[in-house]
Amino acid sequence: MNSRIRKSVSACRPLVRAGAAALTAALILAGCSKSNEPETSGGPLHLRLISTDQYLHTLAYVFGPSVSLELKFPPMRRTNGLLANGAALAGVTTSQMEQYQRAASSVAAQVVDEDRRNYLIPCTPAAPDKADDACAKQFFSQTGRLLQRHTLSDAEVGEYVKQAGDAANQLKDFYAGLGMVLESMLISPEVLFIVEKSEADPDNEGKQRLDALSMASRLSFFLWDAAPDDELLKAAESGELNSHKGLKREVDRMLASPRLEAGVRAFFDDMFAFDTFDSLSKDATVYPFFTGATVADAREQTLRTVVDHLIHKNLDYRDLFTTRSTFMSPALAPLYQLPASQGWTPYEFPENSPRQGLLTQVSFLATHSHPGRSSPTLRGKALRELLLCQVVPPPPPNVDFSALNNPDAHYPTQRDRVAAHLNAPTCAGCHRITDPTGLALENFDGAGRFRTEENGVAINASGDLDGKPFENITGLAQALHDNPGLPNCLVNRVYSYGSGTAVKPTDRQLMQYFGEEFAADGYKMPDLLRTIVLSTAFSRVDPTKRTAPPAPKKEEPAPQITQNQQSTLSQNGL
Amino acid sequence: MNNLSRRRVLRGMLNGTAVTIGLPLLNCFLNNNGTALASGAPMPVRFGTWGWGLGMNKSIFVPKKLGLGFDLPEEIAALAPVRQHINLITNSTYFRDNYQNLCHYTGWVIARTGSAPKDTRDIPGETIDVTIANQIGGSTRFKSLTATATGDVRSTYSYENPNTPNSPEWSPLQFYTRLFGPDFPDPNAKEFKPDPRVMVRKSVLSGVKDQTNSLMKQVGAEDKQRLDQYFTGLRHLEQQFDQRLQKPEPIAACQRPGEIKVDPAMGQEAEAIAVRHRMMTDLLVMALACDQTRVFNMAYTNASSSAIKPGYEKPHHTTTHEEPVDMALGYQPTASWFTRRALESWAYFVDAFTKVKEGDGTLLDNVFIYATTDHGYARTHSLDGIPMFTAGRAGGKVKSGYHIDLAETATTRVGYTALRLFGVERPSWGVNSNNTNKEVSEILA
Repeated sequence: MNSRIRKSVSACRPLVRAGAAALTAALILAGCSKSNEPETSGGPLHLRLISTDQYLHTLAYVFGPSVSLELKFPPMRRTNGLLANGAALAGVTTSQMEQYQRAASSVAAQVVDEDRRNYLIPCTPAAPDKADDACAKQFFSQTGRLLQRHTLSDAEVGEYVKQAGDAANQLKDFYAGLGMVLESMLISPEVLFIVEKSEADPDNEGKQRLDALSMASRLSFFLWDAAPDDELLKAAESGELNSHKGLKREVDRMLASPRLEAGVRAFFDDMFAFDTFDSLSKDATVYPFFTGATVADAREQTLRTVVDHLIHKNLDYRDLFTTRSTFMSPALAPLYQLPASQGWTPYEFPENSPRQGLLTQVSFLATHSHPGRSSPTLRGKALRELLLCQVVPPPPPNVDFSALNNPDAHYPTQRDRVAAHLNAPTCAGCHRITDPTGLALENFDGAGRFRTEENGVAINASGDLDGKPFENITGLAQALHDNPGLPNCLVNRVYSYGSGTAVKPTDRQLMQYFGEEFAADGYKMPDLLRTIVLSTAFSRVDPTKRTAPPAPKKEEPAPQITQNQQSTLSQNGL
Repeated sequence: MNNLSRRRVLRGMLNGTAVTIGLPLLNCFLNNNGTALASGAPMPVRFGTWGWGLGMNKSIFVPKKLGLGFDLPEEIAALAPVRQHINLITNSTYFRDNYQNLCHYTGWVIARTGSAPKDTRDIPGETIDVTIANQIGGSTRFKSLTATATGDVRSTYSYENPNTPNSPEWSPLQFYTRLFGPDFPDPNAKEFKPDPRVMVRKSVLSGVKDQTNSLMKQVGAEDKQRLDQYFTGLRHLEQQFDQRLQKPEPIAACQRPGEIKVDPAMGQEAEAIAVRHRMMTDLLVMALACDQTRVFNMAYTNASSSAIKPGYEKPHHTTTHEEPVDMALGYQPTASWFTRRALESWAYFVDAFTKVKEGDGTLLDNVFIYATTDHGYARTHSLDGIPMFTAGRAGGKVKSGYHIDLAETATTRVGYTALRLFGVERPSWGVNSNNTNKEVSEILA
């Protein structure tokens, strides 16, 4: 069944639920069959802290790109593979409040400054040195709605207008007064926290769903990494977003919007753990080509490749791991042993090139290496954890490194070196999981440069991935491409990212359903996003569920339990 | 906090111990400038922490001699200039009880919270600096300041709870701007003119507080706790605005440092870390001299330090595991090289406090610094034989220059000593085997 027909099938779902008599009629009329989406209980309602990028994107859409801001709020805590999941748990410290305040102050000052006020403030006050309630009202109802993600009540607007009026009279400056109040709005809980609310689901008795405004925010922060725009808010406030038809229309519009790019970039930056770039550094004596510009461009190269492949070209997700198409910058060219280009330019590696897919890009190779050498273990671990959603246990604390520490041993290649692990039973369990894939990337050094030998010995890049043997990196790329864990992991992470909750074992059937839909759609990212946001599960919530247990009380005695260290590789959620 | 009466505070001030009281003093004493300096009372005593990763090598770190005038084995030779200002506390234990030994995590979490974590996401309670900041940090511009030399915003040993780290200042440029940029209330400025905008800011903030209160009614218990924390942040802003509307009392030792216009090179080379550490330390010390905060944290590196030695292929953490022990030397030479760099920075940190004159002595006389690491011997992830340092004399309450052997007892004794010094009244500190009610009396004056 092709994707278009199946989408129209899911569009019939409300009719299907309308009752037995209507059901038969509906099936005949619309050619529907029942959706395969399994029943789910719904996740918790969230109170999510806005991320730095979400804040910046929203400000850029509300005030335009001329309002600039250099800021970085503290990072969320990576939870079940994603920083985004930390947003529903993160607290705010006093020093963070200072940061919000400084950012707000800078933005507000820019909005009301003489260069920008004429086009960012929709009216001109009768006199510039005192209050003008009508103009303030116009500004706060428009801007407040976009920043707070709902239409402000008359009382709310009235309060802002009054404050702005008092401030204007006090400072003898309409714009200064407006700026002060905008500043306070920008640090208000309504802006900094994304609050979800629920309502009874009329299609499913006894179940709760997100209310339309909460759904608008969930959709928008997921797909755009920014607050909803005017149109989406209108759809929510008119109730259209509650109908499958209205929702579908909005989702299609959002998927077609240029803002989707920012959303997809934010997702992959999170899934690929690119926050590690923030502290990545290489030993300059070993890798003189690897500079600060390389770090920034390596991250950018992969994100450009991803967006171009998945959004602009709408290609199969799995092909990202075999594609020879990418983008090249002057800072990256030396690492790829290529002549430098002017700025960013599309680049296609030749057919026989060992550079095939994201695993062979500097971003993957360099972040999962040591400062002065490659690391098959770190690379293998990253492949398992980031791309296949598996968990590789940490080394046991009492690990015996004596085999590696033998000062007389000389291991010419990494393969010889890590082979020592395999002789020790406590090490072998995990290293058998990480090393055979990591060793296939040994043709690239710790900075990502291609090489054929190490210490004068030819590199053997053969290995296997889950029983699939290969001879070199091309073989690994193909084995990863064909591994069912690859698209399943994406499905898992996308759903978790969008709904803000880690996928649980009880979601197995739902993930299987999304996975099957994804496969039937040819592993296209926009289709996956559409399937997920249009699913009943995406908007279903259970307000009785908790995001996380409250912070432990001080001095609470630790329970006397023994935890068994995970001794085997475990699948996460799937 | 509630048991502080005006009379008690007055009595405390007469005894010269008002230094241990922050917010409560303000609340009940109605001091009109928010510091204890105006009255001519002794300078406040400040609490700080310093953290380094990956322990030490016992054979070349632990002095043979106990007490005053201890010897300086080669790994701690850099401490010679500050030996009289510090106490070196060795042979103590992190007790994990029935929890796993979480490599490079269990140890420092016990040092900072008194309790073993159950997994690597767990921070069982607020860290000790937060407890002490709640006690003494309420009256200054910043409740506490947290910095790192790693350049990485994730390097911190300070947590309000597992999901709320006190993220460190990692950029000297940003740290300078925050402390000494345009908002710096220079206590020695000739002119003081309150900014009317600050007054307006303060008044519009009440609207935000109202919104927060109404939102709190709509959310569950856990989220309410988070909003409560946010609300505390709003009150903190309000207090900062208040302070900016009042002329600060002059402080002789306070001098706005030279402006930092550009950040030093970011990177994990030991030398780059040392440069950032010096810059951050100098800023922090001046912030303390200007009484901008009374609680501070410095992370020289995180526990699994990723410091680099140029020309050596592995970072510090990997080195401790994979470098062979040199049979002639009896230790891992490169791993020790990294530890020596850490101790040089520790010596710099301590010494920096002696550069500021305060009363008849120096700033160091009025601080108490607690320095901790994650393991004894990192190569084997040992949780025994733990080394710790203290520095400073806590306003005369602490002696320094001693090497003390804790005889395998809990590391938490040092933290408990600190809590008592700062007036945190509790019968004991720590959980299960880490629980203690025994101070390190050898260092108390």
